[in-house]
This record gives sequence, structure tokens and C-alpha cells, in this order.
Amino acid sequence: MIDEEVLPQPVSRRPRRRYWHTAGEAVIEAVIRLCGISAIVFVFAIFFFVFREGAGALSGAHFSVREFFTSIEWYPTSESRVRYGALALIAGTGAVTGLAMAIAVPFGIGAAVFISEFCGPRLKEPLKVIVEMLAAIPSVVWGFIGLSVMNPVIMDIFGAPIGLTVLNGGIIVALMSVPIIVSISEDALKAVPDTYREAAIALGATRWQIVRRVLMPAARNGLLAAALLGVGRAVGETMAVLMATGHAVKLPTGPLDSARTLTATIAAELGEAPLNSEHYRVLFLIGVLLFSITFAVNLAADLVVRGVRSR
Amino acid sequence: MSATAVVPSATVRFRAGSVTRASERRERIAKAALFAMTALMVIPLAVIVAHLIYEAWPALSVDFLLTSPKHGMRAGGIWPALLGTLYLVLGSLLISTPIGVLAAVFLNEYAGDNWFTRLVNLAVVNLAGVPSIVHALFGLGAFVLFAGIGKSILAASLTLAIMTLPVIIASTKQALAAVPVQFREACWNVGATRWQTIRHVVMPNAVTGMLTGVILEVSRAAGETAPIMFTGAVFFKAIRGGDVFAYHPLDQCMALSMHLFTISTQVPDVPKAIPYATAVVLLGTVLAVNALSIGLRVWLRSQKKW
Repeated sequence: MIDEEVLPQPVSRRPRRRYWHTAGEAVIEAVIRLCGISAIVFVFAIFFFVFREGAGALSGAHFSVREFFTSIEWYPTSESRVRYGALALIAGTGAVTGLAMAIAVPFGIGAAVFISEFCGPRLKEPLKVIVEMLAAIPSVVWGFIGLSVMNPVIMDIFGAPIGLTVLNGGIIVALMSVPIIVSISEDALKAVPDTYREAAIALGATRWQIVRRVLMPAARNGLLAAALLGVGRAVGETMAVLMATGHAVKLPTGPLDSARTLTATIAAELGEAPLNSEHYRVLFLIGVLLFSITFAVNLAADLVVRGVRSR
Repeated sequence: MSATAVVPSATVRFRAGSVTRASERRERIAKAALFAMTALMVIPLAVIVAHLIYEAWPALSVDFLLTSPKHGMRAGGIWPALLGTLYLVLGSLLISTPIGVLAAVFLNEYAGDNWFTRLVNLAVVNLAGVPSIVHALFGLGAFVLFAGIGKSILAASLTLAIMTLPVIIASTKQALAAVPVQFREACWNVGATRWQTIRHVVMPNAVTGMLTGVILEVSRAAGETAPIMFTGAVFFKAIRGGDVFAYHPLDQCMALSMHLFTISTQVPDVPKAIPYATAVVLLGTVLAVNALSIGLRVWLRSQKKW
């Protein structure tokens, strides 16, 4: 032990924290931790409240889960017999998403390869800004474009009686989901170490050979995640498909058929469904279905990316 | 002829092996094709914007912005919608910015590298992926009905706030992560607490980056339609043109995005230029706000001292 009196007196006392500083620190840390978990709380709350409103339909008089998934007869307001068959809506979502991804995935990955491997720095920054701008366009503006610009164009080119079709919606949704595919793909390509590229160059590979033989395999998981996130975006898109795909509840047989998606059905009918009616509750159940689909897709994308990181 | 050419490379020291004409040709084709793909993605933006402005030109004027719609929305301006969007955006900003910034502070400054942090990050990603119409259902179920707020600007702002939370969290996290760890260590060494360090050292150095996120949030919230459709936006509400304090937070309001939807799908015989002009105002606002955010980021990068 050191004898206190032997030590020289310090010139100034070491400042001590005031009591309320320590207490305040604890309070602020608690608040920060609370906000930190807010995302988890909200995700659960979304599922809980949407399911809470929709759960009543499961025991409803006219609703059966089997019919919901297998019947194409969607007659929620029929006088004679109410039927809730959502197969046509699921098919509509599938058709629009499928077509959109058939366009957006190759184009998005192609653009990402061009931006990250082929173009010079002077072109790179403006292109990235434009992609960001493309992502910023509100979905209702896209829907308006589908309605008033694409509609007559499609009627002209294909001689279709109406241009509000799966094709129209698919193109619009493709343009909407391209930015996220480009940016995630570009990240994936950037994550491939430069030593891979240098080694390939040393072996005499051209850029295209590097892209195909080196980068594509190395960035495979990241590119897959980009495609998955694009799918999630396309499935959840509401206003654009509501305005651009027409309003036909039927199984689409080709790109020039009108269709209706799950999201558009909720947006179109919720306003007219009486509060707490069976119809209203079934629309919430569709919301639960949509939430589950996008949750699964996002989870899969996250797991795929994590696979990259842990390797 | 087996050409031994120098491959365009970053490091000149590497000499090429044999590059055949075929592989060089494929290289050129691939480059051209990829360029075309990129162009096909970029051109629509320019064409669409140009077309929208061209069609909207006859209706665009200051009067259009400052007057109320007339004759069943077939004439007049968009003031109530413009003001409503402003209220909704400010409301959602007031709610989501503090929560989002503190959540990002938690993720970047407090959370360790463990399963719980991964779970939080996963929740943020999933929250960003929830379809906008599901947010609308949530807003209706939780705020309008369960909390009893009723359809109002407040309920719609809350819904928008939760929807845009991931934007703020992601960008703030990035801004905080860009502040070097040495800054924090120096501050701890002179006896500052964790929060004092964050408040006086980390945040001032990250504030511009955080601002870009907030601006992005504005652009996101201004453009959304589905989440406000059933939580607070109405087809029509009569307020005096040019009156800034026309709405009460518990009122319902019009919104630009909703207004565009209404006049382009629900109201027959609207003169063509009016929906185009509404679309241009909405698009112009969102793109201008975005450009501001991007400009700020570019400026920030040029200012970076460490």
C-alpha cells in the first residue's frame, strides 16, 4: 500500500463525473438500445397486426384455404355465392414477376458488369447516378407511364385491343427493379479481389474471358442475391401494376393478356370492402401471404450473401 | 497469325499470352452488347422525362401549384395535394429520423459482432423488403384501428415513417462507420463517456452523411402512394389555395402521389395535360431531392480529410 501523505498533492483534482452524467449515460444507452431493436419490433408488429385483422377469415363462412390456393374464382362481392379463389391473382403476380425478371436480371447484371468492368471512371459515376435516379422514380409515376405512354405503344405495335397487359406491367416492373439488381450485382463484382483479375490478365485473358470465367463464378452468390432482391421488389410492387396490368381476374395465358396481381387486388378492393367484413379480412390474409413471400425471398437473399462472406 | 499483343491491363508488367483474333472479337462484341444493355436501361429515363415534360408543358405554371382543383378535378391546380405531401413528409421525417439515427448508432457503436446484431441487421433488410401495400395494411390495422388514431395525417406519417426507417438506418450507419476509430479512441482517452464521444465527436463528423440519408428518406416518402391510401390520404379535400396551415395533424389530407393516381384512373375526362403536369411536379420534386442528396455526397467525398 502507498502512503497517501508521501505523494505530492496533484495540481488539480482529477475531474469526477457528475452523478447526472452517469445516470444520463445509462438512460441514453437504454434509449439507443431500444431504438436498435425497433426494426425487429416493427417486423414482428407488421406480421402481428396484419395477421390479427386477417385471422378472422380463416374461420369465415365462405373462406377455405384450399379454395384460396386452387380456385380461380374470385367473387368477393357476389350476391349468390361468395368465392375467394386467389389462384388467378397468384398467377398474375407470378406472370408479371416472371416477365419482369426475365428482362431485369440479364439487363441488370449486364449493366453492372459494364459499369464495374468495362467503362472508364468518367462514365462510371454518371451511370451510377442515373441508376440511382431510376430507383427514385415513384411507383405511381411508373404506373402513370404504363397507363398513358406504354398503353398506346403496345396497342400500336402488337395490335392488341388493350395495352394494359402483363407485358406492360412486366416492362414497368423490370425498369423498377433493375436499379437494385445493378447496385447489388456491382457490389458483388467489386467484392471479388483484384488479384483474381490480375492473375487472369497475366494468363492472357481478355476482359470478357475474365468476366465469364473468373468473375461470374466468383461472384455467383452475390449475383443470385441481387436477382432474389429483384424478385422481392417485383412481387411487392403495387401502384405500378395496379395501373398498368389491366383489371382482369383470370389466368394469364400470354404476355398480351390482362391480369391482376395480389398487391393490386388489395389496393383496388380494400377501400370498398366494409370494415371487418369477410372480404376485408381475406384482403388482409392476402397481405399475410405477400409478407411471407417477400420475407422468405429476402431471407434467402441474406443467407446467400452470408454464404459468400463466410467463405 | 498468332498476335502477341499487350492486354489492356492495370499492371503493364504482365505480358500477354496469345490473344487470338476470335477472343478479341468476342471481347469487342461483349463490350458493345453490355454497353447496349446499359444504354437501354438509361435511355428510358431520359425519354420518359422528356415526354412527360412535353405533354405537361401547357398546364405547368405557378398558378397550377398554388390553386385548388376545380370542377371535379378537371381544372385548377394541385395546392392541397402539394401541401398534404409536405405535411406527410415532414411528419414521417420527425418520427423516423430520431429512431433511425439512434438505431444506426446502436448498430455501429454499441452492438458487438454477435447473433443478435445479425438478427437486427436481418430485420432491417426485411423491413426494407416489406411490400408497400403490406405497410398500408399494417398502418390501417395498427394505427388507424388498434391505436384509434383514425385516418389522419398522423397515422399516414407513422406508416410512412416505419416504411422509410431502413433508408435512414442504412445511410446513417454508413456515415458513422466512415468516422475513423482513432477519433473515438482519442476522445475516450481524455475521459469522455461513450455517449459524449458519439455526441461531440462521431456525430459532427458524420452529419453530412446522415443528411444524405434524411434527404433520401424525403424522396422515398414523397413518392409513396399505397401506404397512405388507406391511412390518411383522401381523393379530395377543399382547402384555400396558398394557405400553408390548412391541415390539422388529425385531418385527412390530399397527397400528390394519390392525386396523380386519382386523376389518371378514377376521374373521367380530365384534360390530358393535368395528370402529366401532376406527374412532372411529383417526379421533379423527387428527382430534385435525390439530386441534392447525391450532390451532397459528392461534395462530402471531395472534402474528406482522412
